[in-house]
Amino acid sequence: MTDLTRLTIAQARDEMNKGTFSSLDLTDAYLAAIDAANPAINAYVKITPDKAREMAKASDTRRAGGTAGALEGIPLGIKDLYATQGVHTQACSHVLDGFEPRYESTVTANLWADGAVMLGKLNMDEFAMGSSNETSYYGPVINPWRAEGSNANLVPGGSSGGSAAAVAALLCAGATATDTGGSIRQPAAFTGTVGIKPTYGRCSRWGIAAFASSLDQAGPIARDVRDAAILLKSMASVDDKDTTSVDLPVPDYEAALGGSVKGLKIGIPREYRIEGMPAEIDALWQQGIAWLKDAGAEIVDIELPHTKYALPAYYIVAPAEASSNLARYDGVRYGLRVPGKDIAEMYEKTRAEGFGEEVKRRIMIGTYVLSAGYYDAYYLRAQKVRTLIKRDFELAFDAGVDAILTPATPSSAFAIGDVNLASDPVKMYLNDIFTVTVNMAGLPGIAVPAGLDPQGLPLGLQLIGRPFEEETLFKTAHVIEQAAGRFEPKKWW
Amino acid sequence: MSVDLATVKRVAHLARIAVTDEDAARMEGELNVILGFVEQLSEVDVEGIEPMTSVTPMAMRKRTDAVTDGSKAEDIVANAPETTDNFFLVPKVVE
Repeated sequence: MTDLTRLTIAQARDEMNKGTFSSLDLTDAYLAAIDAANPAINAYVKITPDKAREMAKASDTRRAGGTAGALEGIPLGIKDLYATQGVHTQACSHVLDGFEPRYESTVTANLWADGAVMLGKLNMDEFAMGSSNETSYYGPVINPWRAEGSNANLVPGGSSGGSAAAVAALLCAGATATDTGGSIRQPAAFTGTVGIKPTYGRCSRWGIAAFASSLDQAGPIARDVRDAAILLKSMASVDDKDTTSVDLPVPDYEAALGGSVKGLKIGIPREYRIEGMPAEIDALWQQGIAWLKDAGAEIVDIELPHTKYALPAYYIVAPAEASSNLARYDGVRYGLRVPGKDIAEMYEKTRAEGFGEEVKRRIMIGTYVLSAGYYDAYYLRAQKVRTLIKRDFELAFDAGVDAILTPATPSSAFAIGDVNLASDPVKMYLNDIFTVTVNMAGLPGIAVPAGLDPQGLPLGLQLIGRPFEEETLFKTAHVIEQAAGRFEPKKWW
Repeated sequence: MSVDLATVKRVAHLARIAVTDEDAARMEGELNVILGFVEQLSEVDVEGIEPMTSVTPMAMRKRTDAVTDGSKAEDIVANAPETTDNFFLVPKVVE
């Protein structure tokens, strides 16, 4: 039974229901794969083998007793941003050294209630601020994908780089992730995996370290569209502990798969055809349009005129919220403390040593744009632009568009330590150019693998949907997946 | 708009992040690149546009005003760097 890690969640679920193998067998297979691969990939910052086996045994007992949940016995990796009771939870930051919460996030609690097994905590950009997983205190994650004929290390994207790499390298059956400006969809695109950021409010944010509260959403990264649908069904819930979580029934997303897209109106926004877009990205987009047209969808050109302002508005709103949310890390209640001659110096030294450069940059920008005299010019204006961005989408949906098709990223995975990107923070920010609008408008977006670039690296397409119409996204992404096939990295680790 | 060295140091103090002169000089350049990038928002006509306060058009649910949690002092201080008798310990604030 050496190949158990190759099974999707749906396959493993069906086999375990037949009694072909146990959750403990499956969990042991993943733990062995992690031991072998993690020194090379660095996807996990904490592996929890004892807890995993204990949870797997309990799961096998439940299954034997006839009370199997929707994710019974399925081993998952959890992004380090999620609070997991008694287990390393540091948002991959030095400032949270040694933090082991006494509580469990609502999303992970939902997963365990449905029978899932935790393998460990996954690497990420510090406090989810980054697009390459290079800002992690625990070092970068290495993308399981390499360019053909090359052994150069590539980034897995970010901030959910550990989640995407672990799924692509078969080091978990699926993973939790979070997305504030593209942190699920960009790494999914870079690793040939499927990632969905659901509508704002679909999942509870309680117990997830806050970055930008009006933009953050939890979602899964998975091997295929079906697995993503299965995971989101378990993750989503209304929650008294998060007043922005919505009280709407969670649909059976898996049931939406296989549905016809005949007559569905798919919008193609002209503003996403950016200057200098690589030919392979445009070709991929055209291919996606052709697949959906072949499946009976109606393709319409749409306009989203404020698209180009989404990223600059994001880089005011997100740092402003972050500067407020990260004020709590001061060396008093948890994590790192660096002594000082008085309390103010203790705060300043703790935060100087505890936060990495990118996090400091964003706190500084946020503090500046919220400071007296600048609030109206920056923050208030950015929030007005956000209203306009959302209105663009609403007009398209009002005109009958069911979903919008775009590329997921402006390029395939780039090199670790890219000098060009490191020299200018804004260049790194441009990675999120196609994804960030979706967070600004609170909409659902899914990234689905659609092809390989000339170097043999995966590329993804993004579908954007109406609020709470994730089913349309799963159904349509499934059509793309059926046409494109699945993509797996050649094992080198 | 752009920031100078003195503003960088003032903002760092507001954010309670200690910076050396060298840090501040580097940050000045980086912050100005970002501020230059967001400057393009000034070309958008926002006359009469309401600022977004909530992305979902629904009234916030309110929970019952009832005590549902508590008596967890030990849990709350469990991760603190320094405590005594379930209090957080910090350097002296008032002389």
